[in-house]
Amino acid sequence: MSHDKRYFGVVAEFETTGAILDAATKATAEGYTKVDAHTPFPVHGLERALKQGPSHVGWIVAACGLLGIVLGQLMMWWMNGVDYPIVVSGKPPYAWQSTIPITFECMVLLAAFGAVFGMFGLNRLPRLYHPIFKYSQVHRATDDRFLLSIEATDPRFDQVKTAEFLRRLGGHHVELVEE
Amino acid sequence: MSSTTVPPIDVVAPGLQTRLPGGALAGPARACLLTGAVALGASLVGLALGPETRKQFFFSYLTAYGFALGLCLGALFFVMLQHIYRAGWSVIVRRSAENLMGVMPYMAVLFLPIALGFETLYHHWVHPIEGDAVIAGKRGYLNPTFFFVRIGIYFVIWIGLASWFRRTSLSQDQNGDPQLTLKMSRRAAPGILLFALTTTFASIDLFMSLDPHWFSTMWGVYMFAGYVLSTIAVLTLACLFLQRQGYLRDAVNSEHYHDLGKLLFAFTVFWAYITFSQYMLIWYANLPEETSWFAERKSGAWYLVGQILIVGHFLVPFAFLMSRHVKRTRPLLALGAVLMLVMHQIDLHWIVMPALHGHSPHLHWLDATTFVGLLALVFGLFLNNVRSTPLLPERDPRLVESLQFHNI
Repeated sequence: MSHDKRYFGVVAEFETTGAILDAATKATAEGYTKVDAHTPFPVHGLERALKQGPSHVGWIVAACGLLGIVLGQLMMWWMNGVDYPIVVSGKPPYAWQSTIPITFECMVLLAAFGAVFGMFGLNRLPRLYHPIFKYSQVHRATDDRFLLSIEATDPRFDQVKTAEFLRRLGGHHVELVEE
Repeated sequence: MSSTTVPPIDVVAPGLQTRLPGGALAGPARACLLTGAVALGASLVGLALGPETRKQFFFSYLTAYGFALGLCLGALFFVMLQHIYRAGWSVIVRRSAENLMGVMPYMAVLFLPIALGFETLYHHWVHPIEGDAVIAGKRGYLNPTFFFVRIGIYFVIWIGLASWFRRTSLSQDQNGDPQLTLKMSRRAAPGILLFALTTTFASIDLFMSLDPHWFSTMWGVYMFAGYVLSTIAVLTLACLFLQRQGYLRDAVNSEHYHDLGKLLFAFTVFWAYITFSQYMLIWYANLPEETSWFAERKSGAWYLVGQILIVGHFLVPFAFLMSRHVKRTRPLLALGAVLMLVMHQIDLHWIVMPALHGHSPHLHWLDATTFVGLLALVFGLFLNNVRSTPLLPERDPRLVESLQFHNI
């Protein structure tokens, strides 16, 4: 009963940011771990209420930035210093001074790629389908309602009890949503 | 006239302690002023110890003075910057900056030793060698009369701006008039323009003209980066100090330290960016009249000092202060701030001292006494300002926003 592949989970609708924050806090306090919120705009403190923890995207950005430094240096060392050295105004073919701006640019470029695509990857985007679309009130999540979902993969999930729990928290339109 | 005023602090934020009890911080303030007086007195002894030590005194004093003046200038910039942006987060930190820039009038008095020693410090252009065409060409700008006229103008502008912004903010504590906030924000824009011009020219006069043959168009920005960086570090440490003493405990929290840390990080990067740009352009053009300054700083052990700056003033703090965790953890942020202050002093030493010890760095006891003396004096005067004002702008319209500030 606790793990049913056919169902995505239980979704409820809340009317205010205060209500969704309260519901998210209580749901995670109850021990639910697969809790998510769907809101029309970023709600302050929601990630804390959902106990999401810090994002790991920074590490991806740092790794990509370092990679940019290494690749930029390798590129300039190979092109200017080895493959086709040209003397420009008496400077050495490869001089670290002149490589700094391009190294910086390569670092920024790859770090930005890391930020965007790392964020996509961690959010498993692009994703053309999400079971939440089967929820009857899902269109309100882009307008004036705040949705909270507790997923069926949660170890504490129970079709009846979880729905009852969300109703007790003040959720409306509590529905069991199919996968 | 506006009919609405910002309500008093006990209505806006009940229970928040904003006034120091009588006699609070008197001990630290007295200790600082005493240390400052003793160290500066000891430095003055150097004047009587022969011509070499006398010379050393003026150069050491100029280096230390650059540090102290930079703090007051940086604080003035910080205050005007917050007004220009109409910043909410920084309101409770702003009072510390106001009290720091309130030391500015004393900086005019403390300029006296430099005025006395200007023939020693700037002898290259005060007494130029006969037939030096470069110096002769700069005579219209670099001459003693115009030098002192300019110094006078700088101080009139700096003291004028610093005392007006501080006075206005303090009078808002009394009357809670929100119009004053708008007025300060309007005046901050021309103020910051005046600040940019005077700081640039003052940096040229005091530090670049030590080597009057040399010039760099990035000089003003380079010095400015160091001033503001050291000020952010001092403001952070001042907040930590006040909280350690038991004040501002309910006001300043990790969110504000996080933002101060961001500024510290940003100006560390900005300093490196400007410093490298200045170096790279001169390196690329490779013109003898421009490279001489760096050639001097590449000779002997000065080269090592430059390397210390690259590592300690940029690479290490860049990696260290990048972390969100470091910016929000007080002892770590304090460590970062102290590191930047040490590095800023090394930077100033590297700027000034090759003019005296051309071949190799030479640490003198006067470097220590003048530095400790001026810094202790500035901090003591700052604490006296802190003691005479509320700890934060009590009736600033954005105070509540500042108290409730949260980083995303």
